[in-house]
Parts: sequence; C-alpha cells; structure tokens
Amino acid sequence: MNDWIMLTVVGADRPGIVAALTERLFEAGAHLGEASMMRLGSSFTIMLMVKSEAPPGTLAGLLEPLARDMNLRIHVDPVEGGLHRHLEPDVRITVHGADRVGIVARVTGTLAEAGLNILDLESDVGGSVAHPIYIMVIEGQARHGIRALEQVVEPLRREGIEVVVHAVDTLIG
Amino acid sequence: MPVLEILEYPDERLKQVSTPVEHFDADFQRFVDDLEETRLAGPGAVGIAAPQVGRFQRVVIVDVSKMRKPVSNHGHLVLVNPEITDWDGHAMGREGCLSVPDYTGNVIRAERIHLSAQDRHGAPIEFDMEGFEARAVQHEIDHLDGRLFLDRVVSRRSDVFRRKVYKKS
Repeated sequence: MNDWIMLTVVGADRPGIVAALTERLFEAGAHLGEASMMRLGSSFTIMLMVKSEAPPGTLAGLLEPLARDMNLRIHVDPVEGGLHRHLEPDVRITVHGADRVGIVARVTGTLAEAGLNILDLESDVGGSVAHPIYIMVIEGQARHGIRALEQVVEPLRREGIEVVVHAVDTLIG
Repeated sequence: MPVLEILEYPDERLKQVSTPVEHFDADFQRFVDDLEETRLAGPGAVGIAAPQVGRFQRVVIVDVSKMRKPVSNHGHLVLVNPEITDWDGHAMGREGCLSVPDYTGNVIRAERIHLSAQDRHGAPIEFDMEGFEARAVQHEIDHLDGRLFLDRVVSRRSDVFRRKVYKKS
C-alpha cells in the first residue's frame, strides 16, 4: 500500500515554520521523506513527502491549528511514488540574462525539444529593480545526448541569453 | 581473489583515521589485489579506499582511464601513503560513494593538485593531476582521514556565480 502524501505549505516567511510543522507531524506519528523548502520572494514554501497512517483528511485536520496560528496555506495530496527512486542527472545547464517576459518558456521549450528531462530547476531574479537579471540552474537528463542540447542553445545565445551546458559525470569512489 | 564487504554509512568505522602503510609484504600485496577486485565489482567506481572495506591503512586505488568520455589521467594507480602537497583552483562536481548508496551530491574540490605517494612496492611516486582524476584522489584521501563526501556537499546555487563573475567587481 502506498500511503505517501505530498504536503504543500506556503506562508509569509518568519522564523520557526519548519520547526513547528515538523514537530506537529512528529507528534502525529508521521515519517518525513524528501523535501524542498525555500524562501521565494518573501514567502516560505515547503514541498514535503510525508508518510502517515492517518488518512489525508485527518492529517489536514491535525495541521489546521498550526495553519491558523502561523497563517499558512497547507495542502495535503495523496501521491504515487516513494523513496529510493532517484534519477541521476547527466547534465547541468546554467542560464542568465536580462530578465524579460518569456525567457523561461523560450529556454525550457527549446531544451525539451532537444530531449531534456528536467529533474531539478532553481531560478532567481537578481540585479536591481531597474535592471533585473534572471538566473536559472537546471539539472536533468539529456535523453538525446549532450551534443543535442549544445546545438539548440546556440540560437539562444544570439538572442542575448547566456546558456551554458555542462556535462555531469558523477564520480563514484 | 575475494570481493570484500563494503562498509556503508552510518557505520562509525568510516570515521576512523587510517594509519600509514609500513610493510609492503605479501599480505599487503594480496590485500591490494582484493581491494581492486572489490572496486571492479562496484557499480562503475573509479576509486576505492582501504577503510571502505574495514582495513584502516593509507592506501587507495584510482583509475579514471576507462571513462566513456576520456579525461586527463595517469592510468591505473595504487597510491600508498598519498599526500596532496599543493593545490590550485576549485570546481564543483557530482559525487557518489560505494559507502553511501542511493545518494549523490555536489562537492567542491581543488581543480589541480600535486600528489606525493608510494607505489604498491614502496617506491616514491609523484603526479600533477587535474579535473576528474584530481577529484577522485581527493575523494579517496578523504576516506583515509575518516571523511565522506557527505561532509562537503553544497547546494548547486554555489555554482551560479563563478569566479569569473566575481573578478568583474
């Protein structure tokens, strides 16, 4: 039986969100799996795999007081999947350029057509308010080979988007 | 030659600091052969260190000469009492470990190193190494000092602003 749940939490960032949430889950007898937690803008965001014997509805109820106290939006969704299903990336792509509408769609669309399967993407907007810059780091699998990706990023460079494709050779030792 | 049992994290013994090899006798030669056999039995391991099989002596094996995409290398190396005497630059790369199944992470290592060691018979050897081979040697020497790549894992975010960018300021 698969009883993994994906817990999504979003709220105004403040110290103690992770501690309070995980303490509540621990009290409820839940196990934690893989997670991604980070501050985006001024919000704190959590995507957390939770394994619980309590049905999703019960778990949501248990977290309700916390959601109220800390002003968090919490979603509880049953999911397929489990631990020990990592896929190894064989390519890392770094992207940066002046921020403009459509940059993500342009880059990821081009890469997807050339066989990229994204496993992990982090992006940020830096620079100044007047001149924002967009920065993105993607790790993934090049299903049609790294050459295929290198070829399609060339036109992007001519549009002023810096895209660099790095092969990732994982060292096992 | 038997394949030896690999210690897996969180086995406390992986934290043990290994002692220098002093006797290059028949027993030691047999052990080096077994260690190599064990490396080859692992899933594509380019290196192995003695403490990974529970023998706490300063010997490692590194061989990056059979990569799918060829990299700069010195062939098959048995490094006894290895010491990095100089290093330069740094680069991020992905590492995994026979002693840490089902996890890989990004680690920053020196890009170029100068290495002094002895070969399996005790003769002094020295190398200038770079890139993947230098990374493998650093990973294995860490084992001799009771350290795992887990102690050095960094977020990919650390790679975004390369030194080139810093130099502009």
